[in-house]
Formats: sequence, structure tokens, C-alpha cells
Amino acid sequence: MMQPIVPRHVYYWVYGVLLALTLLTVGVAFLDLGHLNLILALSIAICKALLVMLFFMHLRYSSHLTWIVAGAGVIWLAHLLIFTLSDYLTRGWLPVGAW
Amino acid sequence: MSPTIAIPREHYLNVSYGVKSWLFTTDHKRIALLYLTTITLLFFVGGAAAVLMRLELMTPQGDLVQSETYNKLFSTHGIIMVWFFLIPSIPTVLGNFLVPMMIGARDLAFPRLNLASWYIFILGSLFTLWVIVVGGVDTGWTFYTPYSSIYTNTFVVAAVVGIFIVGFSSILTALNFIVTIHIMRAPGLTWFRLPLFIWAQYATSMIIILATPVLAITLSLVALEHLFGIGIFDPALGGDPILFQHLFWFYSHPAVYIMVLPAMGVVSELITAFSRKRIFGYSFIAFSSIAIAVIGFFVWGHHMFVSGQSVYASMIFSFLSMLVAIPSAVKVFNWTATLYKGSISYQSPMLYALGFIGLFTIGGLTGLFLASLGVDIHVTDTYFVIAHFHYIMVGGSVMGYLGGIHYWFPKITGRMYPEGWAKFSALIIFAGFNLTFFPQFLLGYLGMPRRYHFYPEEFQVLNVLSSAGASILGLGYVVPLIYLIWAMRYGAPAGPNPWGATGLEWQTSSPPPTHNFEETPVVTQEAYAYGMPEEDLKGGR
Amino acid sequence: MEGNGALAEQFDDLAQQHEAASLGMWVFLVTEILFFGGLFAGYTVYRATYSEAFREASHHLDLLLGSINTAVLITSSLTMAFAVHNAQEGRRRALIVFLLLTMIIGAVFLGIKVTEYAHKYEQDLVPGIRFAYGGPHPGQVQLFLIFYFVMTSLHALHLTIGIGLLGVLAFLAWRGHFSADYYAPVETSGLYWHFIDIVWIFLFPLLYLIGTH
Repeated sequence: MMQPIVPRHVYYWVYGVLLALTLLTVGVAFLDLGHLNLILALSIAICKALLVMLFFMHLRYSSHLTWIVAGAGVIWLAHLLIFTLSDYLTRGWLPVGAW
Repeated sequence: MSPTIAIPREHYLNVSYGVKSWLFTTDHKRIALLYLTTITLLFFVGGAAAVLMRLELMTPQGDLVQSETYNKLFSTHGIIMVWFFLIPSIPTVLGNFLVPMMIGARDLAFPRLNLASWYIFILGSLFTLWVIVVGGVDTGWTFYTPYSSIYTNTFVVAAVVGIFIVGFSSILTALNFIVTIHIMRAPGLTWFRLPLFIWAQYATSMIIILATPVLAITLSLVALEHLFGIGIFDPALGGDPILFQHLFWFYSHPAVYIMVLPAMGVVSELITAFSRKRIFGYSFIAFSSIAIAVIGFFVWGHHMFVSGQSVYASMIFSFLSMLVAIPSAVKVFNWTATLYKGSISYQSPMLYALGFIGLFTIGGLTGLFLASLGVDIHVTDTYFVIAHFHYIMVGGSVMGYLGGIHYWFPKITGRMYPEGWAKFSALIIFAGFNLTFFPQFLLGYLGMPRRYHFYPEEFQVLNVLSSAGASILGLGYVVPLIYLIWAMRYGAPAGPNPWGATGLEWQTSSPPPTHNFEETPVVTQEAYAYGMPEEDLKGGR
Repeated sequence: MEGNGALAEQFDDLAQQHEAASLGMWVFLVTEILFFGGLFAGYTVYRATYSEAFREASHHLDLLLGSINTAVLITSSLTMAFAVHNAQEGRRRALIVFLLLTMIIGAVFLGIKVTEYAHKYEQDLVPGIRFAYGGPHPGQVQLFLIFYFVMTSLHALHLTIGIGLLGVLAFLAWRGHFSADYYAPVETSGLYWHFIDIVWIFLFPLLYLIGTH
């Protein structure tokens, strides 16, 4: 299944948005928003990554199988992080013996 | 035996001769044989380490080797057997040979990548063999930090480089299988008409893709820490050695499913063929392969119950570890139901399959003991754990591997092996195996720790029994080596389908032509259509 | 490498061959996600534990150079997308131009990275090689810097391999290997290149933008 040809202007638009988001994320870093700093930075990064995946990597025009493969990679990474953190964040929660 | 059965004139083995035609081949069948040679050699290297260990353990004192040497022996045994035998075994030998054939394809999607995969495996093996020769590592196959990253002065960096390299080989094979199975199935071969061996290979490949890279980066960090004195896992810098264990077991637990799922795939094929009956619960077995692959990623913390991991996380891992047993049990029930009212014959592949079911069940049930937090506190790091995983890896995977080698031997070579010797070996292996490893359950329960080469006097009887069993088991492995090599040359011609089995691989000649099929087959029926009106089997018993 | 439009014998047609190549590269990228993922997992654990020290250490990185590099890499992704676009349209010369442009911009990224590394060396902030830190929590700051160097150098290694790959492609394109019917290697290399961009998209905020500046 050859990919459909994406019009050039789409690429230019995506590029512009990516640069704008980069400026945004740097700008936000100069504001003191506590925990929101991290959340915003990650959200912006996720948006940028999605734009690159959907348009530059043609995911938007790809088969469902490709979606599932890409999704699986992301989900498994999230799982690695979440389950590992589940240890670190819960040490000392239960008063069991002396760890 | 029909006098008209003959080896076909031209097939993949005689289409070209000479070392170059083998070393530069892109034929998946030849590559499978290249792997077979390599891993057989490595199996006996890992086995040699085990022989020395069991010899040492005949007496309570540490008198055969020194402690440091013993540490190197069990490390070598683990590293070789896990990464250089069990993980590659069925996928690279039986998988490489059969995956294209079972789906009616001419080859895998990326034949040159397949060959590269073997060369990469050779490179990694050479690294590791070199490490063994120059003195080995003493960290255990688990490379726990900070010992492996800071304190040991054995060849950790070279060893992890070898393992990193073969991990890459593994990934490329899995990638090849996934793409091939998705894209190159013959016309009419829908997912639910695939042989269960293919489902098992697919699930295994999923695990390899998702888990192996984490091992690669983790071992790389150990190497960096060792080389540069930087301390990712170094408590002095605020690093956490438990982080290593999390990352290591994130791979290494799914790795055990990499080692057992392919054998389960083989067993599904053997049980149907030798009961001449449709598999019971096809979709249950297919989905349970996927379920094992997925849930297997959620349980790694059960290796870390006593490490300092949070009790809360441990409870979650314990519960999930119970869950992962369910799809395995589903398979065992379905195999048993397939046997029920089947027309069973006890050819040697079937002996291996039946052995698998029994021994895997014991291994799996003892896994539940270990999954229980309370019990695990007492038996962790004892011989109970060793017995548990050997029941699955040896009683399970190795027997599945040998059963598959025997079953597809006529397809691979065009000849039959001597059945009498095969039955003899299967029985010797079964007996030797149980004598070796059952006493180890008792030893572990009684408190004998693992990785020690001396032990209290009262454990000697059980240890001697275990070592005696190991000698019988070793004999059992050597005998097939002899008669299979003999049969490659002198065995009776087998014909395309000596077992009268269903499956596309049996619809072509033995040995097959280079491109597997004269014409691409078209599939119109389910996988195990035994005893059904449209049964279309060429050849027969 | 197959000749212009040549079909490999294991495939039924060019479309199947193309699909296989594309799926193969996506599966490989999944392994790369998990490969870098191990580092992200370690980073996450330590940042959660030592947030103060990590914030402090992050301020020692050069935000300006890091931001410029982010824009540089995004630009290289644009030129790579155009390279694939021109391959799809069978425009040989434009394909070669954009491949070369992408390589050059990638090299610029590497040049800036090396400059940053050199600065860190002068500031005695290279763990394992030259490290001396006078502020509080030196151990934890060192931990952050270990992750900084390992993650960015692994990324840079992948980028270097990518540049080499594009060089090979440019050569093959010059030799007339690709056409509107056969351009899968360009597309799959593009996927790899964009993945490298995505890794940096996450590395940048996680390493350079911790806490307030």
C-alpha cells in the first residue's frame, strides 16, 4: 500500500506549528507555575510528537495495523514508567516492619 | 513402508553445494540449519558448566572448585542457556524453517536480514565464549548491581556486550516474523486458520520486540558504570540498585515467556497430529498465547519481593502473577480435551509433548507457590526456585524443542530417524529430568540456598540424587545427537507427509524445494481439519 | 539493494514489498522507543526522588543552544519530509537535494551538541571524566548529568547513523535507484529520522526545562 502524497503546504503548516510550540514551551519555562510547568511541558511535547507522527510520518494516512504498532510502543513505555514508579511512590505507604 | 517413497531430485539442501552456498544463503531453511548447528554447540557448553556444578554438589564441602570458580560456573550456565540456547532455540530453528512454510510463503519478508541475524548471533556468541575462556563473570546471569557495576573485577563489560549483540539478533528475527505473518499469508489463510505454532511465534515475537530493548539499555548502563565509574545504580551517588532490578526484570520476566511460548506452539501441533483430532478450543489457545505475552509484562516485581521493593507494589505484582497462570492453564485444559477420545499414538514426538504437559504443569503450579508473597519470603533464592524454573525451561521448553525437532525432522531432512532410539531417549530424558530436579524442590523447601557450592551435611542425599539424575539426563541428550546425525544420511526416506498431519508444510515434498511450494497454496479450511469430509492430506502412514 | 523497481522474489508485488518495508521499520521503531524508554524510566524515578537537585542541575545546561538545536532538528524533519515527497513524485534531483539538506542540518545539530559538551567539560561537569561540583547535592547533580550525557549522546549516535543512512540513499538516488514506484527505502529512512526528532522533542523539555528559569 503506497502512501498517498501529502500536499506540501501541509508540511509547511505543521513545521510552523512545531516551531511555535517550541517557542511556547521555552516561554512557559520562564513562568513559575509549580507542578503545572512539567504538565505543560509534557503536553506540548506530546502535541509536537503527535504532529510529527501524524503528518511527517504519515500515520494519519496509514493502516490501522500501523496505528496499533505505534500505539503499542507508546503504551508499553508508559507501562514501564508507571509500574516502576508504583514501587518508588509507595515505599513507606504500608507500615510493615522496618524497610 | 512404501517402496515408492523417495527423496525428491532437487530440494533446498542439494540445489547448491559448498561452504559459500551456506554462508551466503538467504534461504530461511538453510539459515534455520545454521542456527541449529550453532545453538547445539552452545547447549553443550552450557551443559558442561552444569555438569561441573552437579559434580561439585555431590559433596557437602566445596572441594571440586573454589567459590569464585563456582560463581563463574553458574553464571556461565545461566547466561549461555538463557540467551544462547533457550531464547533462540525454537524461534530460530523451527520458527525460521516453518513460519514461511506454514503460511504458504516462499521465504520470510526479509531474507537477508535473516542471514544478518545469524551472523550477529555468531558475533555475540564468540564474544561470550571468549569471556568464558578468559575467566568468565561471577555475577550470576542476573548481573545485579552494585556488584556487577562496581565491585566485581570479572569480565562484565565483555559479557554484556555479547548479550547485547545477541539481543539484537533476536529482535531482527522477531521483526521478520511479525512482518511475514501479517503480510505474506497465502490466499485464504485468515488469522483463525493459522496453525497455533504461528500464533505462538507471533506472540513470542511481540514480547521480543517490546522487552529486549530494555535489557539492552540496562546492560549498557551497567557497562558504562563499570567502565567510567559513573553511578546510575550507585547508592553513594543517590542511585538505586533496585532500579537495575526493575529494568532487568521488565525484560527478564517476559523473557521466560519467550522461552516457553514457542514450545507451547509446538505442543499444540504435536497433540493434534498424534491424536488425529481437531484441537479443542482453537481460539482460546490462540488468544491465550497473546494473553500470556501481554500479562507477562505485568508481573516482573515478583522477582523482587525481598529486594526492598514497596510492599504495596509487591502485592499488586503478586496478584497479577496469579492471573498470568490462567491462560497457561487454559492451554493445558485444551490440550487435554484434544486428547480425549482422540486416536492417540505414542510416537516419540508425542512422548515429548505429553512430557511437556505434565512437567510444565508442575513447574507452573510451583510458580504459584512463588507468586504468593508469604511463601516466597521463605523459598526465594533457594533450590525451590531453581527446580521451578527448570521444570518449565527443561521439562517444558527443551522437551518441546526436542519434540519439534523429531516431528519436523522428516520434513527438514527428507528422512526418518530410528523410532526405537528416539523413544528410548525420550524416556531417559523424562526419567533423568525428574530425578535431577524433583529433589531440588525438597532441597529448596528445606532451606538449601541457591548459588552455593557447599551445604550442610543433611542435604547430601538429595543432592546426590540430583546429580545422578543429571548424568542420566545428559546421556539422554547425547543419544539423539548421535542418531539424528546418523539419520540425516542413512534414515529411511520419509515422503511428504509421514505423520499424515494437516498443515501446509506437509503439502510439499520432504525436503522441500528452495521456494517451498511449486505453486502458492490456497487455503480453504481450518487448521486442524482431521477427520472432516474435505480432509485433503497427501501421503499418509 | 534492489534495482530500480525490482521486485524481491519473496514478494508477490511491489505494493506488498513496500508495505512490508514500512511495517518493518515501524516495528523497529517500537524497539527504539523501548530502548530509549529504559533511560526515560531511570530518569523519571530519579527526578521524582531528587526534584530539587535535578532542577538545579538542569539550570547548568545551555538553554539557548538547546532551544536552537530543537528548532534545527525540527527543520531537518521538514526537509526529510520533502525528500520523501519528492521520492513519491519521482523527482530525482529534488530528492537528492533534500536528502543532502537534511544531512547538513543534522550535522549542524551535532556541531551544536559537541559545543555544549565542550562547555560542560570546561565547567567540570562531565561525570566519570571531569567532574567537580561545589554546590549542594553533588551526587544527585552528577546523577542528572549522567542521564544528560547518556541520553543525548545515545540520541546523537542515532542521529549520526541517520546521517550515514541518508548519505547512502543520496548516492543511490544519484545512481537512479528510486522512482515513483519504488522509494520504500527513502520512506523508511524518513520514519527513522522523524523518530530521532521525536526523541529530542521529549529530551529537550525533560533535560533543559526543569523548573523555572
